[in-house]
Amino acid sequence: MGYPHASHPRESAVLSKHFGDPAARTLDGWKARGGYQALEKALAMSPADIVTIVKDSGLRGRGGAGFPTGLKWSFMKPGDGRPHYLCCNADESEPGTFKDREIMRWTPHALVEGCALGAYAIGAETAYIYIRGEFTEPLAYMNAAVKEAYDAGILGANAMGTGKRVDVHVHKGAGAYICGEETALMNSLEGRRGNPRITPPFPAVSGLFGKPTTINNVETLVAAVEIVKLGAAWYKQWGRADNPKSTGTKLYSVCGNIARPGNYEVPMGFPFKDFLWDLCGGPLPGRTIKAVIPGGSSVPIMTAEEAEGALMDYEGFVAAGTMLGSGGVIVFDDAQNMVKQIARLARFYAHESCAQCTQCREGTAWTTKILERIRDGQGTATDLDTLLDIGESMTGKTICVLSDSCAVPVVSGIAKFRNEFEALLPKSRNVVSVSQAVA
Amino acid sequence: MSHGPSASGGALPLKGAPHDHHDVPHEPVFTGARRHDIDAILLKYPTKMAALLPALWIVQEARGWVSEGGMAEVAALLDLSPAYVKGVVSFYTMYHQHPVGKYFVQVCTTTPCNVCGAEDVVNTFLEQTRCLELGATSPDGRFTVIEVECLGACGFATPVMINSEFLESVTPDSVPDILAELA
Ligand SMILES: Cc1cc2nc3c(=O)[nH]c(=O)nc-3n(C[C@H](O)[C@H](O)[C@H](O)COP(=O)(O)O)c2cc1C
Ligand code: SF4
Ligand code: FES
Repeated sequence: MGYPHASHPRESAVLSKHFGDPAARTLDGWKARGGYQALEKALAMSPADIVTIVKDSGLRGRGGAGFPTGLKWSFMKPGDGRPHYLCCNADESEPGTFKDREIMRWTPHALVEGCALGAYAIGAETAYIYIRGEFTEPLAYMNAAVKEAYDAGILGANAMGTGKRVDVHVHKGAGAYICGEETALMNSLEGRRGNPRITPPFPAVSGLFGKPTTINNVETLVAAVEIVKLGAAWYKQWGRADNPKSTGTKLYSVCGNIARPGNYEVPMGFPFKDFLWDLCGGPLPGRTIKAVIPGGSSVPIMTAEEAEGALMDYEGFVAAGTMLGSGGVIVFDDAQNMVKQIARLARFYAHESCAQCTQCREGTAWTTKILERIRDGQGTATDLDTLLDIGESMTGKTICVLSDSCAVPVVSGIAKFRNEFEALLPKSRNVVSVSQAVA
Repeated sequence: MSHGPSASGGALPLKGAPHDHHDVPHEPVFTGARRHDIDAILLKYPTKMAALLPALWIVQEARGWVSEGGMAEVAALLDLSPAYVKGVVSFYTMYHQHPVGKYFVQVCTTTPCNVCGAEDVVNTFLEQTRCLELGATSPDGRFTVIEVECLGACGFATPVMINSEFLESVTPDSVPDILAELA
């Protein structure tokens, strides 16, 4: 549902069905709503059969990269004699994204169930839920849910009376966007600085504590619960008939200059125009929408016109020149200056760079510095070219993609709103070079 | 990583603070119930080091910040070196390496909140708490105000954290009532 707004008739609320209903938070409340049936069913199956169902459903990772979940799970080899781990990524810090927070606030047991189910499917006895430290309320609900699940024998050495061991622990982060990157998250959990690791080795070979590890986003794991309960065919009912690569429902967080900000759950392939205008209410009174970032701050900016033509699934957003990413929709109206806002995004990345890679450490800092001087009317004629050069040097060359992510809004912003940048660059300096001026 | 207070880098050192790092002897944190808590936490992980972030949280909750003495105690507890612990502490923005005001106010000003007027919210907090600059503590020692990066609640602009309290949809107009409620 469109929490904090009433559900819209065109939503398909599966994961968000109980948002806004405090009674769904407790173990009894969750069970009364069909909770833990999927886990019970899963624990009676072989891990390989669970992986097959998830593969068949077409579920893809909801954390940003869209990697097929069943395939990721199949990289793990249960019974290889080594401990395995599941990490649940609840670091949610990508600007524009606030869906995992609502899942944890309203249906914490859905995530406990998803973690237990996912752990069992990959041959892990232990799952860690890494929650960003600022999420005090979700942390409290998740801790309470985990405790209830242990007290009821759902978790522990004899999970649901099956004799199988499933432990789920909550781990509190301490403030660092980069810890949402999967290998940084593992380092952070191990008690290290949150620096991303060089891959390979990939987590499925050597992840948390050097052991085979799978990492999944909160939304991915709660979707897996519904899939195991109701089947792959049921999940595939959602999506475009002509695009089998994107299935199911997706939660979008909508923020910025929009009439009804909040979370909305729609089927894959939903028209973005209807989404923005009908569900989210369109622009604020008297304003027009100028730009939209559809998938969290790390994906390319769209003009309003491009947004109106897009279909909301992995392939639909790519066809429109951007990406689905995390599903964090950021709306900018005609009252905003794009240079100022892109500069603010660059500052975010500069602040969050872990500083291991030179291109990222220097690139994010210089990008911010140059954008802020353009914003303040102190730019020079060559600044836009310099920004594009820096963007190029920051892309595809570093340990993780935070560096690339900083260049994305800058490069796409200059391409689509060049007039706003040029309006801030002094005209005289645009056309007259220094040597000509003194001659 | 923490790079200074202007964009959520944490608090500035208090000028002439009574509790300067080396002056006050460290009183152990991990005694009694807190010792029990960390013992239970250690059981969740295969290594002692993994209990580092939780242990630092316990120190900060007990003392309001993480002093050098606190780091040394955690280091001894987990068989780590104090320098290693400090390296970890300084990586994360939420651990205070200096004492902060009684109320630590964090206002999100990242783009999604920024377009909804977050800068006005942070400026209103700065004025009404009499904090002279971001990261500085007010003369009465009650407030420290910083900008923070995306709090993961962008649809509820502007979110503000005051200590562990998470407030949604704060506007400049709601700041006086929020401050009046704080003892
Ligand atoms: C800088 C950076 C930050 C990220 N932050 C998050 C995050 O907060 N939450 C998340 O689920 N994934 C985040 N990711 C993606 C994860 O690395 C990883 O792909 C994801 O958790 C895998 O889960 P999934 O397959 O279920 O999507 C981030 C990636 C990068 C490079
Ligand atoms: S790209 Fe940036 S954030 Fe990623 S590892 Fe390198 S320095 Fe760290
Ligand atoms: S940008 Fe302010 S909470 Fe996300």
